Amino acid sequence: MRLEGVLTAVRVSAARGTGLRTKRVGSVRVLRGVAGIVGFLGLWELGVLAHVPILAQIPAPLEVARAQWQLLHQARYYVDWLVSLERVSAGFLIAAVVGVPLGLLMGWRAKFRYLTFPVFEILRPIPPLAWVPLSIVFWPTTESSIVFVIVLGAFFTVVLNTLAGVRAIDQRYIRAAISLGATPPTVFRRIILPGALPSIFTGLTVGMGITWSVLIAAEIIAGKSGLGYMTWEAYVAGAFPIIVAGMFSIGVAGYASSAVVRLVARYAMPWTKPF
Amino acid sequence: MAVLLEAPARNAGTGAISLRGVRKVYDSSAGAVEAIADWTLEIAPGEFLAVVGPSGCGKTTLLNAIAGFDPVTAGEIALDGTTIACAGYLAPPGADRVVVFQNGALFPWKSVVDNIAYGPIVQRRMSREQALRAAHALLERVGLADVARAFPLKLSSGVQRRVEMLRALINDPKALLLDEPFRALDAISKSAMHEELLRLYESTKKTIFFITHDLDEAILLADRVVVSATRPARVKRVLHIDLPRPRSPLMTASREFLDLRAQLTGVVHEEAEKALRRGERELA
Repeated sequence: MRLEGVLTAVRVSAARGTGLRTKRVGSVRVLRGVAGIVGFLGLWELGVLAHVPILAQIPAPLEVARAQWQLLHQARYYVDWLVSLERVSAGFLIAAVVGVPLGLLMGWRAKFRYLTFPVFEILRPIPPLAWVPLSIVFWPTTESSIVFVIVLGAFFTVVLNTLAGVRAIDQRYIRAAISLGATPPTVFRRIILPGALPSIFTGLTVGMGITWSVLIAAEIIAGKSGLGYMTWEAYVAGAFPIIVAGMFSIGVAGYASSAVVRLVARYAMPWTKPF
Repeated sequence: MAVLLEAPARNAGTGAISLRGVRKVYDSSAGAVEAIADWTLEIAPGEFLAVVGPSGCGKTTLLNAIAGFDPVTAGEIALDGTTIACAGYLAPPGADRVVVFQNGALFPWKSVVDNIAYGPIVQRRMSREQALRAAHALLERVGLADVARAFPLKLSSGVQRRVEMLRALINDPKALLLDEPFRALDAISKSAMHEELLRLYESTKKTIFFITHDLDEAILLADRVVVSATRPARVKRVLHIDLPRPRSPLMTASREFLDLRAQLTGVVHEEAEKALRRGERELA
């Protein structure tokens, strides 16, 4: 009894120790990240001030910050954010809702995979932007054609990662489940789906990144609003600091949306290490 | 189900496995490969049977046939008189003969308690609440209540293996099929696992079909040890282990144990040499 008490005490203090350590390691990590960003901006500012070739043509960080501050006071800027976010969310969600089940089915049913994979592999190498002219023709509104191109950007990555995730599931888990009395639909829901989840989320995270790059290009080609369009407009108007502020906004938006995917992944997969 | 480890369970006295002339031939591009040739053996209800033989000798193929994963080419396998495998027929795998795998197959995405409750839930034998309660009770009994909420990959392989045996036992199977379950464990954890398996076996009296290449383990645990000839697998020798029960890992030092061990080593050695000469993997 006493021994047990001691053991518990040891365990508790050990747990506390590791907790403290992770917290300290965590804050050092954040500091390093901040130092990296500050260092990057510092070098950039210095490079512009020192008239380093090429860099000298680029607006300095402080100038960009001023432009960004201006933007923050314009209602139009927020509308651009909202429009871009809407397009990305719509495109990404459609890609996920269609792509994940398709990938699961392709991974699970060999016959379906043999049927669909060749078509898939022919369509996949076509750059999403190569679809822009055609999609403007066959979609009724510009908006829907932009969303369509975004869907294409994320879709193939999501499907391919889901498919690979299903194929990589260890046969032992499936056999163990059947041995414990699971029926095929149960195996699909309780083994295939959670087993493929890490790979699915890898696909979603990468897909989210592609989504932004496709969106910006699509907005430049076909848009009348959005962060990409704003950046392009600044170029046409010769407002260079605004170009960089627009680029910065896109970077922040991309980072934030990937962070959301990672957050969801962490809640959906408590058994894995967060990445 | 909490009483599983103390009172005779629903399936007490069942679990007779008959293997009659079981044969398995794989067709490959290089021609037919005979994995099992004419394997005949009667396993009594509640018997602990160990099968030893060189790696790749066809032991796992036989277990897969009993489990319902792999069809046989000829012969018959019956469980309590019902044919579960013969040429052209294979009963689907089920919880009446649960398998515990070589490298462990706990679902990484389920907590320990959810893993254990999995069988009764998917069989719709218990409600979720009932199954979880039974799983908790089982963990409590074997002193693993602390890890109930942990994810398997965070635990030592010894604890993982114990949990996996509970996950099998909660289904009250007729037979347990264990495929080298302690292979990856170090000697010390292995000895603790033997003790635990002996306790579980001696209190439940489930039929156990246990594959191993560890001779000490086979003698210590089993009622009979079958030496399998190497590819094609066939019953080469059956050794009756009359060590008294309950057994303990301490018995490995006893006179009788060492005698049995010497006998078994002689028989197995022949097969190991044969396998070695044929360029197959040694008695790993």
